[in-house]
Amino acid sequence: MNATAVRAGFLTSVQDLGRAGFREFGVSLGGALDPHALRVANLLAGNDESAAGLEITFGGLRLRFADDRIVVWSGGYFDVRIGSTSLLAGHPALVRAGEEFSIDSPAGGCRVWLAISGGIDVPVVLGSRSGDLRAGFGGVKGRPVRDGEEFPLGENMPRAKVLIEKLRTEKIARWKPPHDWSSPARRSPVLRYLRGADSGRFVESALQRLSSEGFFVSPDSDRMGIRLDGPRLERSEDVDLLSEAVAPGTVQVPPSGKPILLLNDCQTIGGYPKIAHVITVDLPIAAQLSPSDRIRFSEVSIRDAHALLLERERNLEQFRRGLEPHFK
Amino acid sequence: MEITPLGDSALLIRVAENFDDTPTGALNKVLATKRALEAAQIPGVIEIAPAYTTVALFCDPVRAIDAGAPIEDVFGWLEQRIQQALKSVAAPKAFGADRGRAGDNVPAYNSIEVPVCYDPEFAVDLDEVARNAGVHWKEVVHLHCGADYRVHCVGFTPGFPFLGGLPRQLATPRRDVPRKEIPAGSVAIGGRQTGIYPIKSPGGWNVIGRTPLQLFDPQKDPPVLLRAGDRVRFRSITREEFERATK
Repeated sequence: MNATAVRAGFLTSVQDLGRAGFREFGVSLGGALDPHALRVANLLAGNDESAAGLEITFGGLRLRFADDRIVVWSGGYFDVRIGSTSLLAGHPALVRAGEEFSIDSPAGGCRVWLAISGGIDVPVVLGSRSGDLRAGFGGVKGRPVRDGEEFPLGENMPRAKVLIEKLRTEKIARWKPPHDWSSPARRSPVLRYLRGADSGRFVESALQRLSSEGFFVSPDSDRMGIRLDGPRLERSEDVDLLSEAVAPGTVQVPPSGKPILLLNDCQTIGGYPKIAHVITVDLPIAAQLSPSDRIRFSEVSIRDAHALLLERERNLEQFRRGLEPHFK
Repeated sequence: MEITPLGDSALLIRVAENFDDTPTGALNKVLATKRALEAAQIPGVIEIAPAYTTVALFCDPVRAIDAGAPIEDVFGWLEQRIQQALKSVAAPKAFGADRGRAGDNVPAYNSIEVPVCYDPEFAVDLDEVARNAGVHWKEVVHLHCGADYRVHCVGFTPGFPFLGGLPRQLATPRRDVPRKEIPAGSVAIGGRQTGIYPIKSPGGWNVIGRTPLQLFDPQKDPPVLLRAGDRVRFRSITREEFERATK
């Protein structure tokens, strides 16, 4: 059974949890820029947490399904509707065959992750269904979803079928995950970071400015990285390094002194010095940044970064167990 | 050997301090390190990716904690296991080894001949490279095809091989303003390296020819023609041979 994107919106692509395991071949990790949001939405829709969903940037999407489906969205502040009924983030909802599901432009944040029961069933390429839009493979023909495009959905799993029956009358479930799991967009957020692998290659004032001054998101930001305007971060030496690994979260500084925060579609290696690394649990905040948003950076310890990561995983495990009664 | 955190979910292992003096030595150390880490199967490790003088180890800290790593020192726990795994690599013999794992007689790396058409239509910067080297363009082709290269790492775009071994004379600075679009298959020189653009992409290297070979195919396993450690030679082909090969 298919879904049809009546309107594809500004930039909509198929994303799952990415294709780890191919970086030695120069293949980006890819995947949803907020994997936690997609995992939560998938669990609520009765999917495996790694099922492929849609990543919708700046809204404008209108979708129809050929059969009944559970949908769950998470992400920024968007006006989302089924027909004329409003749907809040994190609430599982039934969309009947032929009904229109729509996402308007955002009031805050810039991205939505949409889980559809059954998942999006495009072919697995290099271990993932994610669209690598830069290299042109995966997802829907290696490119963004287009207006009028049809794409295949997997079969509703038994869990989703139970939920479809339960939502026949009320249509929208009253339960949802904790608030900050479904709408992580914040005004002027603080991104926590670890000292960069090359922090010794910057002048002391650059390291101070990183944590004391604000930065603005530049318009030429995308899934590869967020370019930042603000104080110039000066290096203590003017040599580029031999290329070595970079990762989502790495903050690298080209000769211009304007830092770039790398995201999931970043290249696998780079030669610019790395002044900082945004911690994994804060990357969902970065995924909601739009041009001209202001951010600040704050340094934390590795121990804190790992404790936060562990806490989030344990909370997710507990949440998963708590969901079980809804699927019986 | 120095181990540095690359954020909270990766470690960067620097195995050689210097690249330019002994590029092959650095490459062999990197490859031996990667093999030893793969063989060690350290809990929580997701993937291992080599570059010029470093090996990156990507991990899931939560899986490492589940396997016994203390929350307050996950990286210390991983570092211990890395050091343990690399003890065998410290033996000088392993650095020179160009073979697969011990007791395995099959060469771990391929030798690949890459046909290149140096036709002016493809070789938009061949004249610039010739001018910079102070030789006729035919001599550039002769020198480019006469050298033995090794793949030092793969990156930039999927399957892009960074090749060491370029004759010094051919070293050409990158273009001041990168081109917005370089066609797939373009063979190019950037500084002291040469490489091949597997997919259409922007780029700042000097393009001297084009190969009909496909360097990246996501439907294949592995998806790349060239991997770190592989040996490469270029062979000049005519426009007719190029057209035949791409048909």
